[in-house]
Amino acid sequence: MEILDILLSENFWAAALRIATPLIFGVLGALICEKSGVLNLGIEGIFAAGAMAGWMAVWLGADLWSGLFFAALTGAFFGLIHAILTVPLGLSQHVSGLGITMFATSVSYFTYRTALPEVSSPPRIEPFQPLDIPILSDIPFLGPVLFQQTAMTWLALFLVALVWWVYNRTPLGQALRAVGDNPDSVDAQGLSVYGLRMGAIVAGSACMALGGAFLTMSAFDAFFFGMVNGRGWICIALVIFASWRPGKALLGALLFGAFDAFQVRLQTEVGAFVPSQVFLMAPYILSIIALVIVARRAEYPRALLTPWFKGQR
Amino acid sequence: MIRIEPRESPSRRLTIGIPVASALLALLLAAIPLSFAGANIGEAYQQMAKGIFGSLFAFTEMLTRATPLIFTGLAATLAFRAKLWNIGAEGQLYLGAMAAVAVGTGWLDGPPILLIPVILIAGALAGALGMAGPAYLKTRFGADEVVTTLLLNFIILIFIQMMLEGPLKDPMGMGWPQSSPVVDNALLPQILPRMRLHYGLVIALVAAVVAHIMLSKSVWGLKLRAVGENASAALHAGIGVKRTLMSAALISGALAGLAGVSEVAGLRGYLTTDLSPGYGYTGIVVAMLAGLSPLGVVIAALFIASVFVGADSMSRAIGVSSYLADLVVSMALICVLIGGFIARFTIKINPVNKQQSTPDTGAR
Repeated sequence: MEILDILLSENFWAAALRIATPLIFGVLGALICEKSGVLNLGIEGIFAAGAMAGWMAVWLGADLWSGLFFAALTGAFFGLIHAILTVPLGLSQHVSGLGITMFATSVSYFTYRTALPEVSSPPRIEPFQPLDIPILSDIPFLGPVLFQQTAMTWLALFLVALVWWVYNRTPLGQALRAVGDNPDSVDAQGLSVYGLRMGAIVAGSACMALGGAFLTMSAFDAFFFGMVNGRGWICIALVIFASWRPGKALLGALLFGAFDAFQVRLQTEVGAFVPSQVFLMAPYILSIIALVIVARRAEYPRALLTPWFKGQR
Repeated sequence: MIRIEPRESPSRRLTIGIPVASALLALLLAAIPLSFAGANIGEAYQQMAKGIFGSLFAFTEMLTRATPLIFTGLAATLAFRAKLWNIGAEGQLYLGAMAAVAVGTGWLDGPPILLIPVILIAGALAGALGMAGPAYLKTRFGADEVVTTLLLNFIILIFIQMMLEGPLKDPMGMGWPQSSPVVDNALLPQILPRMRLHYGLVIALVAAVVAHIMLSKSVWGLKLRAVGENASAALHAGIGVKRTLMSAALISGALAGLAGVSEVAGLRGYLTTDLSPGYGYTGIVVAMLAGLSPLGVVIAALFIASVFVGADSMSRAIGVSSYLADLVVSMALICVLIGGFIARFTIKINPVNKQQSTPDTGAR
């Protein structure tokens, strides 16, 4: 009975969409990288870097959209390092990605600590506000769920559509897919495998950084150490769950958001009987279960993890 | 003209020289963030060196810090050699530590000669169990072990939190979420009087030697390396790939578990959720700097521990954030990766010869 009440409430679905938003950015970013054939385990650190850079820019006086742009630029920078290491140099994508995560995280933490050596409570910025769209917001149910999200949620939804369109309707998308499946064929067409792959990693990493920026610029209004808390890794699981399709990625992120919002509400109901940690663990366990279910059927991009060198077949 | 050619195999000089150069380069690169932080660079390096070599105490502190890193570095080395991406050493470390306090805080008693092996075995088993899950999901369902081990790190840490607020909570702990202290007879004794350095280091060194012998001298090591280099060829050669992967997983997890036992029973004496500042993740850097060689792990762990201890003392002395240490460690990893690339090539300088220097675009 109470469960039904939860599922029918506007607040619940609004929260689900809010929780899903950073994951949508992250899954799309991971999808763009992996479709081109390169795993980007830098995601966790790029989230932290995006969160720090976006927040820091606004805190220093930039407006929110410039802050967002700066966050994306920061993500692109770390993505470029990963791209150089994994594409022309062809180094281990696993180790390079983990290196980027460590590097991006420590750069962010060091920068934050250096800029703010002795603050006990993190300084706040004025974050993105819910876009209260006059008439649409008054629609029962859908109004509060959809039309009171911040502009960043809309940006995430727009990016899903954009990525879908690029990959399914444009020659660029076709080339980006081919480069992750059969780079030799792309090379035979006279296109640059290096260029496509590196471009995809840089763009995907910028997208990941927006997911981090959502945390400090929309969900919260300050930067905390450890605030990414595994969201990047969850995105890596979700992208497999989504079979590298933008639509399914959105669905996966939404399901995840709904589950997370649900367990928070369930916790208030049964919290007296079940330790709170059980609920904290749930999202990670759910990600593993989702991964195990789809693992055998997942259609990995065929050239994922395989470096490609020009003039060498 | 100058040509870049692939090498047959990297020379011995390079396999040792590249990691050393990478480590030193990462230390030099620290000057960039240091100058951003407005520090006097000369003084910063001086303080770092003082923090490592300044006194016997400082030096033993560095060795104490290296101890868990040797274990987690070995854990990463053995797994990575089989191309099994165990990124879960952090969680396995905590499982080992939890097992140590579960058996070592009271209900079992006996002389140290009995209790110490018991908690070591318990911790190793717990760590192995922690890696058995992802290895099973990989071999049975094809679930990517990178993602499962990474996510398990979070699950395990939350689980430890739950245990420390529940069954493992110290009733005398004034409400803090920490375990009861490990009984005296289960503690790893100190090596030198009045220093924190403990026999965990000796166990770690023994583990490194044993891992070296197993990897390079045993049939198991041969199989492990074969699986890592080419799993399908290994399968054709009649090697049980899944079994080999599983054994690598168990041993890797056990080593990470031992890191946890050593920290709890050698250093802290009780378990909290801040036992490890990421030793599991740093172990990956140690393993890569070591070129995935068990004996190299010891050297690499000493270097990384020096960076941490040195940066800590520098941070206290001149007030630069100690996150500098993490920055140096991550830069060392990236440098050694690039170094590994350079080691695969050799630069040949030949006199110009038009006929030979035609571009090789047609070479397919």
